[in-house]
Amino acid sequence: MGYSELTSDALSLDSVMAQVRSPRNGGYVTFSGDVRNHDAGEPVAAIEYQAYDALARRELARIVADAEQQWPEATCAVAHRVGLLRVGESSVVIAVGAPHRAEAFEACRWIIDALKVSVPIWKREEYADGLDAAAGGDGRAGGEAVWIEGERQVPAATRSEA
Amino acid sequence: MIEQLTKSSGETHQITVSILYFAHFGDLAGRSTESVGLAEGATVGDLARLLAERDRRLSDLITYGRASVNADWATAETRLADGDEVAFMPPMSGG
Repeated sequence: MGYSELTSDALSLDSVMAQVRSPRNGGYVTFSGDVRNHDAGEPVAAIEYQAYDALARRELARIVADAEQQWPEATCAVAHRVGLLRVGESSVVIAVGAPHRAEAFEACRWIIDALKVSVPIWKREEYADGLDAAAGGDGRAGGEAVWIEGERQVPAATRSEA
Repeated sequence: MIEQLTKSSGETHQITVSILYFAHFGDLAGRSTESVGLAEGATVGDLARLLAERDRRLSDLITYGRASVNADWATAETRLADGDEVAFMPPMSGG
């Protein structure tokens, strides 16, 4: 019933919604997680999403199955993107349909929270030029990058890709 | 050439496992994957300890993160077999 996907292609809210649309549903809740242009006071240029493909696919499927067990009337779909994403692009899209809105809201919220904890995917944030110390940042230079690991930021090695 | 993390004692059978390092573990290891030789019966914890002995910067592979074997969650006590794929993963940040 549920649907989950890990892809390097651009995500489409419509196509994830299509996975849960049904005449028996009276309400839909969707969530779109997009790359924002700042984090912890620093200007973000892009985020690279790295995944352990095999385990990430398995965990996404498990989370969807868990959600549909907890909210039996709900139908759930999630798609997560990997690779280099620019500001404004979606990294994750979730759609939940249900006969009534309460379980759709609850299941959607639960899925995104569970996903962040147990799906082996990591953000590598790359900073834009321009310091923003006034906003409380650490004054990172353009081109620097950090790994986001749970609540922590860990400086990332710079890449020398040809 | 597979690096042997344990000295061959002659009687001990060796197994070969592949290791995947994710997020900053990959930066610390200087690579995202490698294959190493271990004594038969070695656990995930044994592997983590041997890697930490080889390079102190890899001393928190298990305490800071999580591990899996063949894409199943594992603990330090999980025993390894020849050909297993072990992943060391820091806290996650998807979404």
